[in-house]
Amino acid sequence: MKKVLFFAGAMLLIVVALYQCKTKGAATATTSDAAEKAYVAPGTHDEFYNFVSGGFNGNVSVYGLPSGRLLKIIPTFTVFPENGYGFSEETKAMLTTSHGWIPWDDQHHMSVSETDGIQDGRWLFANANNTPRVARIDLTTFKTVEILEVPNSGGNHSSPFITENTEYVVAGTRFSVPLDGKPDVPIDSYKENFNGTLSFISVDPGNGHMKIAFQVLMPGMAFDLARGGRGPSKDWMFFSCYNSEQANTLLEVNASQNDKDFIIAVNWKKAEEYVKAGQGKRMTTRYAHNMLNEETHTASTSWENEVLLLDPTELADFVYLMPCPKSPHGCDVDPTGKYIAASGKLAAVIPVFSFDNMLKAIADKNYDGEYNGIPVLKYDAVLHGEVQKPGLGPLHTEFDANGNAYTSMFVSSEIVKWNVESLEVLDRVPTYYSIGHLCVPGGDTKKPWGKYVIAYNKITKDRFLPTGPELTQSAQLYDISGDKMKLILDFPTIGEPHYANAVPADLIKDKSVKIYKLEDNKHPYVAKGEGEAKVERRGNEVHVYMTAIRSHLTPDNIEGVKVGDDVYFHVTNLEQDWDIPHGFTIKGSKTTEILVMPGETQTLYWKAEKAGVIPFYCTDFCSALHQEMQGYVRVSPTGSNVPLKFGTGVEPVQ
Amino acid sequence: MKALHSFILLLSLTLAACGGGTSNESEAQATPPAMTPEEKMLAEGKGVGEIKFVELKTPLEAERVDRGKAIYDMKCAACHKLTDKRFVGPGFQDVTNRRKPEWIMNMVTNVEVMLEKDEEAQKLLQLCLTRMPNQNVSIGDARDILEFMRSNDGEK
Repeated sequence: MKKVLFFAGAMLLIVVALYQCKTKGAATATTSDAAEKAYVAPGTHDEFYNFVSGGFNGNVSVYGLPSGRLLKIIPTFTVFPENGYGFSEETKAMLTTSHGWIPWDDQHHMSVSETDGIQDGRWLFANANNTPRVARIDLTTFKTVEILEVPNSGGNHSSPFITENTEYVVAGTRFSVPLDGKPDVPIDSYKENFNGTLSFISVDPGNGHMKIAFQVLMPGMAFDLARGGRGPSKDWMFFSCYNSEQANTLLEVNASQNDKDFIIAVNWKKAEEYVKAGQGKRMTTRYAHNMLNEETHTASTSWENEVLLLDPTELADFVYLMPCPKSPHGCDVDPTGKYIAASGKLAAVIPVFSFDNMLKAIADKNYDGEYNGIPVLKYDAVLHGEVQKPGLGPLHTEFDANGNAYTSMFVSSEIVKWNVESLEVLDRVPTYYSIGHLCVPGGDTKKPWGKYVIAYNKITKDRFLPTGPELTQSAQLYDISGDKMKLILDFPTIGEPHYANAVPADLIKDKSVKIYKLEDNKHPYVAKGEGEAKVERRGNEVHVYMTAIRSHLTPDNIEGVKVGDDVYFHVTNLEQDWDIPHGFTIKGSKTTEILVMPGETQTLYWKAEKAGVIPFYCTDFCSALHQEMQGYVRVSPTGSNVPLKFGTGVEPVQ
Repeated sequence: MKALHSFILLLSLTLAACGGGTSNESEAQATPPAMTPEEKMLAEGKGVGEIKFVELKTPLEAERVDRGKAIYDMKCAACHKLTDKRFVGPGFQDVTNRRKPEWIMNMVTNVEVMLEKDEEAQKLLQLCLTRMPNQNVSIGDARDILEFMRSNDGEK
């Protein structure tokens, strides 16, 4: 038998080898030990969590590395049918904005919280690109616990990048717009009436709560990406911009006129001093602040009414511009904090700026004039050097712990490895196809964990089985432990992956919450035990305090509901064991279903629209008798005198 | 290790079975020479888990009874009624006479292992067909529940 298998294996290898020779296509680039390197045996765990943006699906997905196995989708800016996020009464408020309730956004970037420039695994911040918001995800529960809207912004692309101790999360607007309060102006009055803002959102070091501390008021242009300084540059935040031309139409051409746009350096420590000294202008506006209370399991919205604007043309010495060739995109600080790599999308080189040189140029007032009243530093004075012939279309750069940088090249579809000090190109590998962002575990921090670089690609074409015109997008894992990068795995992704972070599992897994303690449940409609299960009528509202435990719902027979009633099923899962959720839905439910974790209470709203006996049941297979976990609501005509009755397993109590 | 234990247990049971109805001398020989503390607990009907010995006081400790009832209402009542009627699990009536206090507390705090190792617990699973869930009850809370069960059984 063994011999036969060996023979078959050998034949297969030969066939594969022949096939590879023939096609020179998709399957050529892997090495023979790739499978072993990406293999995580059944029942064992991955080494890293990989938090990947969902792009136009608006949520964050979590993969294990090196296996590429999908572990979870964290509902963030988009409703999620799997657990009722955005549908349950408890979670609806998370998607509230000053524009109303928004079911679906576009999620691009993330940052894992840091202490002293090193990932601490407490929170994950994520941006909403379309209707400008920043979310905070708690990495003990993998739940979105806070969403803060950003006013005076026209699309939150340059976000949510953080400072070295997570003092601030930033939010730079992609579109400059007329500020809130003077909305109706001609579009071609961009130069006079449009502004960009760079918001600095403070993060409470204890509970993580976010607050807009101040907004830097910038001339109208488009802010693209950002990165916090670290070590010597820790007091600074760097933003990239394009459209310094201030075009309002056909940006493809009109925003590519200037030879150079800018990297904007903001000294946030200095800005803090201005804030403390009472400088800046308070402006009235309105934006939503949504918080999930983990004791009541319920989100609520509060309204903020003010922001503080700091104008760098009035407050000196805290904002400087560094000229950067050709519409820079990525703006990435190396682990030492000494260098800033900027990628001009249309540039033939990657300029690397030196923080020391920048400080010197500022001290020497080595200016190349001003841009709308903000000092522009001389390019040659701030430059560390340029990476020559890196490839076409540089976008983003991540770093390893050995002084190397990895830059994604969209147009030439490759990753290029170069040395930060010498600027010498060391290696290049193809990506399949059209890489956007890339990620080295910890590669955006003071302490890169290294080991892998992951490419997040925009196009997959022939890489996977075809699924009609709409194809999956993908990530590709490369081993970077040696001198040469080696492709070891392709894996499909949920939505369109933009930026991603990878975090050692050890920083997160032991803190993972297993259940919610029933004792601590402060939901106003909790039933802590079947003794508290009941049905209450308040006018046209009927509140069912329901409990779920393997394998029955209490009450499971309800009578006395009338046509026109608004019925709220508040389901408390009485289980206190890990991984025993219960689900709930009722026929005709327009708010679909809810999924309730052990010890949690979640509410499904249902309108009783016609008379009848309506079935409900548990939607999550929970036990051998899951199929028996079901019940009925009797709905009687409006005005009928059927009394309210409910119960389980006994004659219904009246 | 587990396999070894099972083997020793099996061996002892086999030997014990062989020993049935012979002289006192051979019965003495059949007694396993090295019973682990866990096996001893199981054999004594105390179950398996952290609770090795429970001291019961008379009269009952009223505060414990009250606390025990509150935990019962929240975490147990969905499946266990206070009568002798089986619902999802067995009724509580008379449980303190049927089981040793250590067994009860181990069942409440260590249900997964009890269902794996304790014969009486396994019989109940065969009867009820629903695995008793781990309700994350602390040892202190389990002691309070025990006191409430004693009260339910008419102890003063």
